[in-house]
Amino acid sequence: MSEVKFSKEELERYSRHLIIPEFNIEGQRKLKNAKVLVIGTGGLGSPVLLYLTAAGIGTIGLVDFDVVDQSNLQRQVLFTVDDVGKHKVDAAIQRLKGLNPNVNFVAHKTRITSENALDIIKDYDVVADGTDNFPTRYLVNDACVLLNKVNVYASIFRFEGQLSVFNYIDENGNIGPNYRDMFPLPPPPGLVPSCAEGGVIGVLPGILGSLQANEVIKVVSKVGEPMSGRFFIFDASAFETRILKIKRNPANPLNGDNPTQKGLIDYVQFCGIGPDVEENKDEVQEIDVFELNKWIESNQDFQLIDVREPYEYEIANINGELIPLAQISSQVEAISRDRKVVIHCRSGVRSAKAIRELQSLYGYNNLINLKGGILAFAKEIDNSIPTY
Amino acid sequence: MAKIIVPTPLRKFTSDKSSVEVSGNTVTSAILELVNQQPNIKKHLLDENEKVQPFIRIFVGDEDVSNDEMDTTPITETTVISIVPAIAGGSVNNSNN
Repeated sequence: MSEVKFSKEELERYSRHLIIPEFNIEGQRKLKNAKVLVIGTGGLGSPVLLYLTAAGIGTIGLVDFDVVDQSNLQRQVLFTVDDVGKHKVDAAIQRLKGLNPNVNFVAHKTRITSENALDIIKDYDVVADGTDNFPTRYLVNDACVLLNKVNVYASIFRFEGQLSVFNYIDENGNIGPNYRDMFPLPPPPGLVPSCAEGGVIGVLPGILGSLQANEVIKVVSKVGEPMSGRFFIFDASAFETRILKIKRNPANPLNGDNPTQKGLIDYVQFCGIGPDVEENKDEVQEIDVFELNKWIESNQDFQLIDVREPYEYEIANINGELIPLAQISSQVEAISRDRKVVIHCRSGVRSAKAIRELQSLYGYNNLINLKGGILAFAKEIDNSIPTY
Repeated sequence: MAKIIVPTPLRKFTSDKSSVEVSGNTVTSAILELVNQQPNIKKHLLDENEKVQPFIRIFVGDEDVSNDEMDTTPITETTVISIVPAIAGGSVNNSNN
């Protein structure tokens, strides 16, 4: 490690690390020698990347497929208004190079998949998972276990955050728990909070992502006690924290007593959201936004129902009658049976669910789902409608 | 009364309550009482065999309690039970609706 050299500028830059007795220049050398992969450059990835770059990690890989959107700026503090529309990885690297030109950045402008995950992750020492969906969570976890990489995990929802260090190998060679030890299976799609119930307070990924960066630095520098075997929960609304003990599960299919999974699998299907498992898709009649617009413009007689939540209606609406999905059954009398009824939501999934419920429980046969929901209407018909 | 801390994603089934007081002598009886008090939470918490779902973990204090241990893990007036669900993120862009 002593072969890692620092310039005068670097020694000055990192001086606040160098004067921590237990960290010192040896810790800084470990950071400079380390390769860290940050998966997701969004809410969590922003603080992770900013702090790891500032701290002087030698090589940082960035994985993202997305472009910067206006709605990202509420929490993704890497980006500015000028970045909207740019690829996130490009915008992030441009910003980070300005922060610390000594870091080597590697761009992975792609969606991480079962096909490319092992190839991307294998060159790094530590992974920071800042993704936002279950298939990718399981994919990143499994790839890290298969490749013996530490997975510094954080996840957020509304005001609540979770953090742990998975698959950490201590100085005695003992391997810590991973995501599969805690959650052997993902929730089925119907039980996952939908977009209507999602959202996150903008500061929360800043808090959890900063803690994640700190765990990466601890793992790399071998200073302190990483959050291995422990699971941190932060409820920002009540300001309550809990640290829970977690343990390995002998039934873990990857590294339990009798491992059955030797490679990566199809995680979209594993999480039950693949196209082939979409239930009863063809039972629901559909209309696209162009056809709906014709009906509106020609004053056709039909009822338009919006099954989103009132707070979504306030963001944007197309004058539908508001009956939130959860109240559909109790407001059946408000839904016409003798004329066409178009039902819409944000993107078309909740409205399809409402139609299936009304068809199976109440015998409706005049219901039509708006394909793509209000998002498609905003995109194709009326650009003045805000999207969210 | 023991306290069960309800995680954010399940609070819509407990009228937005962040915790619920329950009686009972074991973790199993506490969970079943929660389900009795808040029936809408049941399918999100328990499978058809009334076992805790594989995407949820139960902790008594800071200790993980598996399905096999719930019948025999005692609770007292001061016990705090945490329900910890898998959460994936706050973005709507990758959600399925």
